[in-house]
Formats: sequence, C-alpha cells, structure tokens
Amino acid sequence: MKLAVWTYEGPPHVGAMRIATAMTGLHYVLHAPQGDTYADLLFTMIERRGHRPPVTYTTFQARDLGGDTADLFKASAQDAYDRFQPQAMIVGASCTAELIQDDPGGLARSMGLPIPVIALDLPSYQKKEAWGASETFFQLVRHLAVRGEAPRTPRLEGGRPRCNILGPTALGFHHRDDLVEITRLLTQLGVDINVTAPLGASPADLTRLPDADFNVVLYPEIADVAAKWLEKTYGQPMVRTVPLGDGATRDFIREVAELAHLDPEAALANATARQPWWSRSVDSTYLTGKRVFIFGEANRAIAAARVARDEMGFEVVGLGAYNREFAREMRVAAETYGVPALITDDYLEVERAIADAQPELVLGTQMERHIAKRLRVACAVISAPAHVQDFPARYSPQLGFEGANVLFDTWVHPLVMGLEEHLLAMFRDDFEFNDAAGPSHLGQTAAPAPVDVAPEVSAAPAGPAAIIWSPEAKAELAKIPFFVRGKATRNTEAYAAAQGIALIKVETLYDARSHLAR
Amino acid sequence: MGRHVVIDGSAGVHVPSPISPVVQPRQTVLRERGQREVFCGLTGIVWLHRKIQDAFFLVVGSRTCAHLIQSAAGVMVFAEPRFATAIMEERDLAGLADANEELDRVVDELMARRPDIKMLFLVGSCPSEVIKLDLSRAAQRLSTRYAPTLKVINYSGSGIETTFTQGEDACLAALVSHAPQAAADAATSLLIVGALPDIVEDQFRRLFAELGIERVDVFPPRKSGDLPAIGPNTRFLLAQPFLGDATLKLEDRGAKRLPAIFPFGAEGTTAWLKAAADAFGVSAERFAEVTAPGRARAKRSLERSRGTLEGKSVFFFPDSQMEPSLARFLSQELGMRLAEVGSPYLNRDLVGGELDLLPESTVISEGQDVDKQLDRCRAGRPDLVICGLGLANPLESEGLTTKWSIELVFSPVHGFDQAGDLAALFARPLARQAQLRV
Repeated sequence: MKLAVWTYEGPPHVGAMRIATAMTGLHYVLHAPQGDTYADLLFTMIERRGHRPPVTYTTFQARDLGGDTADLFKASAQDAYDRFQPQAMIVGASCTAELIQDDPGGLARSMGLPIPVIALDLPSYQKKEAWGASETFFQLVRHLAVRGEAPRTPRLEGGRPRCNILGPTALGFHHRDDLVEITRLLTQLGVDINVTAPLGASPADLTRLPDADFNVVLYPEIADVAAKWLEKTYGQPMVRTVPLGDGATRDFIREVAELAHLDPEAALANATARQPWWSRSVDSTYLTGKRVFIFGEANRAIAAARVARDEMGFEVVGLGAYNREFAREMRVAAETYGVPALITDDYLEVERAIADAQPELVLGTQMERHIAKRLRVACAVISAPAHVQDFPARYSPQLGFEGANVLFDTWVHPLVMGLEEHLLAMFRDDFEFNDAAGPSHLGQTAAPAPVDVAPEVSAAPAGPAAIIWSPEAKAELAKIPFFVRGKATRNTEAYAAAQGIALIKVETLYDARSHLAR
Repeated sequence: MGRHVVIDGSAGVHVPSPISPVVQPRQTVLRERGQREVFCGLTGIVWLHRKIQDAFFLVVGSRTCAHLIQSAAGVMVFAEPRFATAIMEERDLAGLADANEELDRVVDELMARRPDIKMLFLVGSCPSEVIKLDLSRAAQRLSTRYAPTLKVINYSGSGIETTFTQGEDACLAALVSHAPQAAADAATSLLIVGALPDIVEDQFRRLFAELGIERVDVFPPRKSGDLPAIGPNTRFLLAQPFLGDATLKLEDRGAKRLPAIFPFGAEGTTAWLKAAADAFGVSAERFAEVTAPGRARAKRSLERSRGTLEGKSVFFFPDSQMEPSLARFLSQELGMRLAEVGSPYLNRDLVGGELDLLPESTVISEGQDVDKQLDRCRAGRPDLVICGLGLANPLESEGLTTKWSIELVFSPVHGFDQAGDLAALFARPLARQAQLRV
C-alpha cells in the first residue's frame, strides 16, 4: 500500500482511453464499475472535447458480483458493436474488474464479432497511465499493422520519402499543436506523412504503417515500444530525438534528413526560431546561471534540461521524473548535469527535493506549480499530466522551432525581469517597489508573502555541525532580493561548512561571495 | 411572553407516525438498467472533508480512486487536502493479513504527518470491497491504537454500492453510531441532517431560533468533537433527499424524522421549516411572522430568472437524487416544463412528497442506460439539460444547452436566501447562450 495525496498518473486503463479517444473507428469496452466513468470528464472537460470518449463501461454493481458479470460484459460489448459499428474493438478490465477475473478478451472472442477484437492486459496494481497508453498502442499496432504476404505499397520512383508520426494522443500535453508544427517541418523538409497515430488514425490507417520508410517518435513514453516492434518487424528505423528547443529541433532535422536521404541544410538555414536571438540578446543576460529544478515526464524533463542549460543559460540544480519506465535514461542525463536523478511518483518527496535545492525557477508539472507556489518560487509547466490550462485556445506547440519560441516565453515570464531585478537590488527598502511585491507584470496574486524564508530553510539542511546565522548576518541576508536569497543562503552555508565556521557573521556572507566569485 | 417558546419534553410536540406510507408516484416511472454515467460515492469526500474540519478521509483503494477524487476536485484545489488514498498494490492483493499490516503502516505515516487530525474515515472502495478487506475491524483496531486522540470510522464509497451522493449518506450513517446517546428524558431537540454550507447552516439556525426552537444541532458537525447526542427525543429534518441510510440509522437510535419536502426555493423552504414548526408547536402566526421576510426575499429573487426559465423544458440526467426536488422547484416556482426527471434511485419515503407535486405527465426515470437516455434527450430537444461533466460538452456541441449537475451539490442552494442563486444556476446557461454571438 502506498499513501498518495496527489498522483501524477492515472491508472493504465486511462492510458488505453487516451489511445481510443485519439483514434477514429475504434471502440473500447471496459469492464468496470460505475464510478470509473469519471474518466470521461478528463476528455470532455479538461480537453473540452465535443464528443464522448468511445468507451462503453459495463458498470457492474455489487448485486451483479454473484454470477452474471460475464454476461453483462458480453451484452455490453454486443450493444456497443451494434450501436457504434467500429472497425475494431479493444476490450479490457479496470482495477476492480481485474479482481473478478472475467477474462474480457476470451469473452469477446467467443462472441465472434466480425471485426478485430484486441484484448488488453493492463495490470492495474502494478502499472500506470503512460504505460497503459504505450501498451495499448503497441497491441493495436501489433495486431493491425500486419502485412502477411501483402507487399508494402512501393514508393514511387523518385517519390518523396514517407514517415509515420507516432505518439500523439488524446489528453496529451500540447500534442495537438506539436503535431501541426512537426508535420509542417517534415513536409517542408521534403518528407510525406504516411500515417499519424494514434491521434486521428483509424484501425484501417494502422494497417498502412508498414508503408512508411521510417518512424518519427514524438513521445517515447507512448510510442517507443510500438516503434521498436515496427523496426524489428519491418526494418523501419526510428527518429527518437524529441525536438524540444532549437538545438534538439536541428538535431531532429539532421536525423530525419539522414534517414530520408535528403539535404538538411536548406531546412536548417530557413530555421525560424526567434528563441536563439532572444536568448543571446543582452536583455537576457540576467537569465545566466539561474538555478532551475526540472521535474516531469522523463523524456520531456531530459529534453528540457538541455534547453535550460544550453539555450537559456540556466544552471540545472535538480532533474527528475515520475515515470520509472525511463529511469535509466534519466540517470544518464542527470549525470551529465552533475545532479542526482530524482525518480519518484511521491509528490511530497519532490517537494522536499525542491525545497532543498532552493531553485529560482521550477520547470515541472501542475503538481510542481503548486509546490513552487507554496515555496514562493517561480514556476513554468513543461510536462504532462495535462491540465485545462495546457489546452489553450491559441496555437502553442512545445516542439519544433515555434515550440522553442513558446518555451522561451513560458519559462521567462514567471521570473522578475532584468532591469527590475537590478532596481530591486538597489533600493531594497523602497516602500512600494520591493521584492515582497513580486514581479510587477504578474499582478498582486503572484506576490510572495512578506515572509523571510531563508533563515528557516537554513535550519533544515543543517550538516553534522549545525550552522547558526548571527542576527546581523540574517538581517544582511534579508537585504538581498528574494529571488537570489536562496542561492546566497546555500552558498554561504556551503562556504561556512567547508571553512569550519559555525557562526555566520556579516563578513562570512561577503567572504563566501568573494570566494565563490573566483 | 418572550420571543422564544420553550418546549418542555415532548409536550406539545406533534410526532408524525413513525411508519410513513410508501408513496406510489402517480407518474409513470421508467426503470432502466444499462451503462450508468455517474460518479461513485467517493466523490462526496470532496465536500465532506471541508465540512468536518478536523477529519481526514483515507480511501483504501486503487490508483483509479485517487485519480477520480483528484479529477473530481479539480486538480490541486487544496494545498494540503485532508484526503488521500492508500493505493493497493499487487502484494496487498496476495494476502489480506499483509493488507491490514500495510494499512496500519499507512495510517501511522499519515498520523505522523497530520497529528492535528481527530477523526479518520477509512473509506472502502470497489477493490477493497471485492477483496473483502474488513475496514470495520481495521477501524476498531486503529481506534484502540490511537485512543483517545483519534477516532477511526469506516464506510464504503465504492461504486459497486454507492452512487455519488450516497457516499455522504454512507458517511453520515457510519457517523451516527459514534454520536452520544441522549437521555430518554432529554429535552426535545431538532437535528438538521446533511452537509450544508456553513452560511446556510447559520441562516437556518437563526430561523429556528426565531421560531423559538431552542435546541438545534447539525449533523455532521463542523468539528468531530461536537457530535450531537441522539435519542428518542431527537426530531430530525433531512436537508438532502439522498440520506436514506443515515435516516434508518437515526431511527434505530430512536430519533424521529419530520417528513417534508426539501428546502429548495421559497415553497420548499417554507414547507421544510413548517414541518419543524409544527412538530415543535410553533403557532401559525409566529411561523408566518418569522418566515414572511425570507419567503418574500426568496420570491423576489426568483423573479430575476423567471423570464429566462418560464415555459422552457428541462431534462434531468440521473446524478445526485436531488433531481425530483429540483424538478419540483423549477416546475412549481419557475414554471419550467419537465421533459424527463432522471434519478439514480428513487427513495419513495423521502421524495414521495416531491413527486406528488410534479405534474402527472412527467416522465420519471430511475437508474440509467445512458445511450438510450441520450437518444431520448436528443429526440426531445429540451431547452436545458442537467447532466454530469462527462456529457455536458458533447451535448453542447450538438447544440443543446446544459448545466453541470455537480454544481448543484457543491454550491449553497438551500433556503430562502439561496433560492435566487439556485434559479440563477439554471438560468445562466440559457442567458449565456442568448448573449453569445459566437
């Protein structure tokens, strides 16, 4: 048993729903009690979809448990087939139905429906949402993308190379706009899109997957397993670089060009991202070395760390993910930034790690947004789980060159701006323009409460010999603007510990500053 | 004589017959069995944990349960909510002894974090019910272990047994047995049953005080230590129509229900207050004098929405069991036409009075087969559809106008001074549609 206050991921059958809802002509019959129908609102409310997810729930009740839940399942599946006439059906159980062991796959097969029926085995007590989505997509591809003896549709002599775009789902974090951006990028590069899946694809479309020359995996947590199977089965190589930020988008273009036997130079020369210049322009100098803590879906967090360090000039002081499936990749990445990889789905543990790292900016999920709010640190949301705010009315991709622009704006916006930062430092005691008022462009709601957190924080991570701040040093520390106070506290304490100083005085603060400046 | 009438014992108190006749609705009831598009009882935690301010709700369930509450609550509304889920994992299913040990460990962990908690609800879920994890024994064990600082109570909010608001019913039913016993000769007291917003509760208390009913308690209380004493001289008024099990438990303790329609709108509130006034021997003059100002305010406030709602048709999908009461309010007080009144369950003892006030031609449905109900709804093209969050946007995209039913449970809607707000909740979607040019 695990105590969970908030969860990063839903159960695996919600992952399956994200695949079913993304597709057309597919229906999901889910053996589940009535309460599980709450999942519909994720799609109709958070994503504002104008259609119900194509899911039929058996909604069995306690009185059914005596014996006829299997019949109930068959009746539901038959009704769903008759009413919706899907091209294919997926069937499975939610957590409760898994316990009553009715075998939805076997029951559905025994009905002899004239369409492919794919049984999903999603262990609810072991796995989570992203895994469920990945497994469901893989099972669909494995069952439907079967050519048998039929030859691949040959590419026309001299025709354009073709790829599949794999990974975008319903309820995906900015998937809608990423897809527009990447489709345009590939098309301009000279690559045709064979099939995009699961978003917008039908079961019939999945049978055409083998026609492509290669696969583009936009979201490895969804499509990696399916793409690996396609690679093994049909020899389709895959592009796995997540095109997040300018640099990764350029790498992505080169990788695609190589597989497609195209020249990437024209596309690279025409790159439209403003983000590199926005970063190089002197106005952004103040971003240099800002301490940033990154947490989210593993692939996204790893890609964001590169953007943070290489394209924004931040210092990555924490890196982690809630999904264990990519723990190995996460550990390798964390090593390159010299930080330990935080792999946990316990948001309280994440909160502790963020408090300890004392970042100036948190790049995380909606959970970290709340953690940051509590710790009075700036935050931008970079990763699933998707929230209603992650479905903006405007075009707002995260991937590709336009995505790089969006990242720059989204990440910089929560911070205090350059000159404002200097003015705050110069006139700390100004009665109306001080750090307690928060960044001026964010309004009153974003203002941090006038609480000096630094001394409290300093008491917590005390080393073997507790370091004490003298009242004078504490007062001097309070004169430093709030957004660098955490950094100053940490540096001074680290310096004091290294020098064996137990009592931090005003001069210790300045000694530390000069020491670290060298 | 002073403003307050003192009731001595049960003298002068009219006690209705304990056996209420089972009301057969005059209307045809369509009973349906099929896919139900409703929340389970766990959802009640979202408002119950705000009501009882030193209680914590620990769901013993699956990741789905945790995800449901989080999604129903709107992600991360509360910084440190007083609810959580003990998520069962593979090894908890293997042996129940281990599951009990694990539960104890989780509760220890929780109590170390939240020593301020005085009452802990262990809330059963579909999976915990299916594996027959005995939470009542667990609650006893943990109560002993944490006595006297913490009281541990169990109830089931599972979707195989409870629908949406039945979670509150199950919670309150469980809570009844922890209330102290009132002495047989205790003064007659009035108990308002059902979680009401604090402001509404205070309004009702003022009204009852003005009527001269002195001893008034609410259930559940705001603090777990304030559980009211219950006994044969307790008369209770249900504030919500979905409290059937809690009613039975209260009656087991000797308390007597004052049958009434529910306090929605000017008429509903008047009738509800009247049931108490009659039972406590309040004179007709005093009653009229005390309730006239509120009743007039309620009627006046309804006028704002009347123009928008009058003559329009409304279709209720089943959700909270409040549907017959709300339908009565819309039909009786605002002149709406009732296309279909769906309810997950009709407790005829409790809502019979409401059904009596609905037009005989009203289609009433109990239970659900959501696809068939959607067919009926589309065919009838009602002016307003009251439905859950999963159906609202899809119906809007088909050109129907909807009101999310969950808001009717979450907002202050009871009593004279909320009558206008309740009407406005129904009027707003129609007014919005009339205003928008997109």
